[in-house]
Amino acid sequence: MKKLSLFALLVLVVRRDLVLAMRRRADVLTTLIFFVMVVSLFPLGVGPEMDMLRKMAPGVLWVAALLASMLSLGRLFSADYLDGTLEQMLLAPQSLSVLVLGKMVSHWMVSGLPLVLMTPVLGLQFDMSMQAIAVLILGLLLGTPILSMVGAIGAALTLGLRGGGVLLSLLVLPLCIPVLIFGTGAVEAVTSGLSVSSHLSLMGALLVLALAFTPWVTAQALRISME
Amino acid sequence: MLEVSNLACSRGDHRLFSDLSFALHPGQIMQIQGANGSGKTSLLRTLCGFIIPDDGKISWCGENVRELDEAYFAQMMYLGHLNAIKDELSALENLRISAGLSGTELNEKDAIAALRRMGLRGRERLPTKVLSQGQRRRVALARLLVSDAKLWILDEPLAALDVGAVALIQELIAEHLARLGMVIFTTHQPLHVAGMEMRCLSLS
Repeated sequence: MKKLSLFALLVLVVRRDLVLAMRRRADVLTTLIFFVMVVSLFPLGVGPEMDMLRKMAPGVLWVAALLASMLSLGRLFSADYLDGTLEQMLLAPQSLSVLVLGKMVSHWMVSGLPLVLMTPVLGLQFDMSMQAIAVLILGLLLGTPILSMVGAIGAALTLGLRGGGVLLSLLVLPLCIPVLIFGTGAVEAVTSGLSVSSHLSLMGALLVLALAFTPWVTAQALRISME
Repeated sequence: MLEVSNLACSRGDHRLFSDLSFALHPGQIMQIQGANGSGKTSLLRTLCGFIIPDDGKISWCGENVRELDEAYFAQMMYLGHLNAIKDELSALENLRISAGLSGTELNEKDAIAALRRMGLRGRERLPTKVLSQGQRRRVALARLLVSDAKLWILDEPLAALDVGAVALIQELIAEHLARLGMVIFTTHQPLHVAGMEMRCLSLS
């Protein structure tokens, strides 16, 4: 029988999770609808003061994206844990880290990417300029994968705990503060005519750092949780 | 060859077993016996490396499994209480994915052949949520057919199976032992493998 390469394993896991997400579409839609709702409530609540809306837009969108990604993190490993698939994953003779990376990638494609794609429409509600929307999207593109990856550590640690969802948010949200600061900072910089490269490069650095370490840390956390 | 020496394991404050030693050689089969709660599943999970033993050593071909890690996982297969199949996927998709997770690429033809041998002809492409409990177990057990693992660790493999399927599992185990494989399992139902000496380990 043919041995599977590491890249083929990654593709297998991503494809599997995407197929599962497509057959359980309600889960995907709740995250997206939550994001749209939360963001849309602000203009309604604050009133049509353009200056204020423009100013708070990046913060509102980023916080909503943060909360929406928390919403879907609980499901990252729990379904596999309950039906025993996770046991089989821990016994995978290749690399558990690669397997975990596959789950992170598919989690981002299902719960992070739709938010990024929705952002231009939502940005218009806040009367953001095209330039600001572009930077916001770029920031979210770099930042939402970090949320999925850091969140995966929390999801692995709180696996099988009662009330794990709340604990997960308490664990992960503080770790996401840097992403929030650089993400909103980039949009503020562009609206006040400054260069955005420093914010975005720091965000890129965080992404590379997360890519390098979080899969391994999550794999170790899963081993601890399974005992 | 699997060697266990002076193994001790506890769950919480309760000591399940201690000073447990045995060796399993190629072509041998061993049944773990004991009452409910005596630690059968814990022993099997310890052998898989899910549970770190309090004391003692598990070695595979002379090397500690904690150091072998992934090289050991490639040689063994664990089938637990949970079937590890997804309701939303078909039997075929489930089997191909679980083969992929254990590191082998399984083509559609072989997967269908394995499922048919397990008595699932005509149900290969149905989502597993419409299958009965016994049929789902058959999907999970089809992994035995497509794996080239030396050591099978089976926790209650016969649960929910009918008489025909039990006979089939006995046949599979006999074939595996003839290939110099090793089997360690628990069951509450009688399981007979023709022409093989069944070794028993009692936990109390």
